[in-house]
Amino acid sequence: MKMSRTMTMTVKRTFAFALAALMMLLMLAGCSGQAAQSGDASANTIKIGILGPHTGEYAAYGLGVRNGAELYFNKVNENGGINGKRIELVIYDNKGDDTESVTAFTRMVDNGITALIGDVLTGNTLAVVGEANAVNMPMITPSATAAAVTVKEDGTVYSNVFRTCFIDPFQGEKMAGFANDILGAKTAALLCQTGNDYAQGLAEAFKQKCAQLGIQIVAEEGYAKGDVDFKSQLTNIAAKAPDVVFCPNYYEDDGMIVTQARQVGVSSTFLGGDGWSSVTKYASKEALEGSFYCSSYAPGSTDAVKKFEEEYVAGYGKDTLNMFAATAYDAAMLMCAALEKAETGGSAPASEEYKQAVIDAIKSEGATICGITSEAGYTFDDSNNPIKDAVIMKVTSGEEVFDRMY
Amino acid sequence: MSLLTTILKQLINGLQSGSIYALVALGYSMVYGIIMLLNFAHGDIIMVGAYIVWLMMARFALNPIIALLAAIVGCTALGVVIEKAAYKPLRSSPRISLLITAIGISYFLENAAQLIFGANARVIPPFINAEPITVGAVSIPAEAAVTLAAAGIAMVLLNVLVKKTKMGKAMRAVSEDAGAAQLMGININNTISFTFAVGSALAGIGSVLYCCAYPKATPTMGSMLGLKAFVAAVLGGIGSIPGAMAGGFAIGIAEALVSSAGLSEWKDGVVFAILIIVLLVKPTGLMGRPMTEKV
Repeated sequence: MKMSRTMTMTVKRTFAFALAALMMLLMLAGCSGQAAQSGDASANTIKIGILGPHTGEYAAYGLGVRNGAELYFNKVNENGGINGKRIELVIYDNKGDDTESVTAFTRMVDNGITALIGDVLTGNTLAVVGEANAVNMPMITPSATAAAVTVKEDGTVYSNVFRTCFIDPFQGEKMAGFANDILGAKTAALLCQTGNDYAQGLAEAFKQKCAQLGIQIVAEEGYAKGDVDFKSQLTNIAAKAPDVVFCPNYYEDDGMIVTQARQVGVSSTFLGGDGWSSVTKYASKEALEGSFYCSSYAPGSTDAVKKFEEEYVAGYGKDTLNMFAATAYDAAMLMCAALEKAETGGSAPASEEYKQAVIDAIKSEGATICGITSEAGYTFDDSNNPIKDAVIMKVTSGEEVFDRMY
Repeated sequence: MSLLTTILKQLINGLQSGSIYALVALGYSMVYGIIMLLNFAHGDIIMVGAYIVWLMMARFALNPIIALLAAIVGCTALGVVIEKAAYKPLRSSPRISLLITAIGISYFLENAAQLIFGANARVIPPFINAEPITVGAVSIPAEAAVTLAAAGIAMVLLNVLVKKTKMGKAMRAVSEDAGAAQLMGININNTISFTFAVGSALAGIGSVLYCCAYPKATPTMGSMLGLKAFVAAVLGGIGSIPGAMAGGFAIGIAEALVSSAGLSEWKDGVVFAILIIVLLVKPTGLMGRPMTEKV
């Protein structure tokens, strides 16, 4: 009895082992099959990775990016591809997780991608840039706004990383320029939340640009997170009667600030950054009338944007049509232009020379690319950040409307 | 604008927020005076009041006067219900039990509001569309003028109520010595409920004035407001009605001056530093009665 039980167990174990071995073999076979397939196709295709959160909390951003980029790449394929080569998309969902992003990127590299559109969230992108830099992978992120995405800790630039969105401080510069060129402002005041990186980043850039342009900063006021009473600060600002008040905070605070500003007699024009979007819900139309803020995308603003929106909605519906879908479309456009140029070099896609050619081409060709969010093209500065147009939105009669590209 | 005008304007800013603190501080002080309870749920009654104003004005598009009445009635009812349901059964328990219950009620109200109305701010449409009133070189915003006037009227009425009416006499008697008052034939339960009702009605008025100055309602808006009003009550001498008023105005003006000096990040810090200093130097506050702690 005892003997036979041991026997059965041994048999069972052997069987299990054999089964496991068989499964391993099948998996290997599967892998080699895949590898062979991609090997066959690689001569006629260029593989582009698209990485971002397609499920979870930030799915709306990731899906917007995926769809926006895919929309453009599909159009290129329909028109015969790049130099006769089809673009093959390698799409991975990183679930918004840093580790998943790196794993997915490594798998994409194994899969033979030539370039990457992504990552989407700033944190994920920061996790990926180091890996991408190590293999000199051309990448364009349509949405990561932190300065550190394109610049290493030691201050050198990741030469392979680009973006089509603007970084936060850029908005401050744009609004200072706008105040000077369009509004003819001579004096400005600032009111921003202290301890908020976004607000401080915009304010700092605004101040520097004002100093260059000769706009005098007559008052700089701050407030703490959670404050609801801004009247003391605004009374100080009212006493200086500046031409413009730059108020680069989030919409709820901005709404309260503008309302109280009018109460204590500030009649200046209010300016803000993209945090102002939907401010009209938080202040009366009389108080907000004539304020401006900048954004990177305005729905329905130009003919190119309208056409993009129509095509996007037809393909993917309205839910994920957001600013990042538009910047991803531009990223794809920029990428295709760079690929066209790299093709003239004659090296094979995904080779080292080819990737370097793509990187060089992004930088050299960017200015000629009239994207839907930047008609003036994508010129890159020393840190690979785009010098592009901002959308100026005007608040009038309680509506946030497109004013101009600036 | 001259420096003097700016200072005067800053004082008006301080008086406006101070009158809201004063109204809330009155509720704290009255309740403490009568049952020795720091009613930490008081700030959240303001929050409920603000949501009532929002419901009336934004959802049902009703007149501000109706919103004001609804907020007063709603807050009063809520105050009485809280007293009956949560505090009355604990009246003979140690005071710490009451205090903890008050904190529990506060969290309950905040989370209930978050569940019902969501965490996002609800925006209340502006309800005063008047030109600022100009006095000499200083123009007073209409909102500030209305707030000051309303708070002033409420305080005068409260004084009449406490000093001249029979119920006021009963309130003062119960606060002096509840046992003796009962022996004299005063219905203690009714008097305590009445005190909660009056305190909460003042909170209702406070919530409308708050919405007038800062037109949004959020689930946690009452906690900081309540804490600052508590500081005001302690500064004035907790249990003292004129003290609560003076304390409220003092806190409001202190905040305005700190902010106008460019130290707005220190605003909350200064208010709580005042609390610490008062407790160290003069624990009975500006107008409080000296008390001997019975151990």
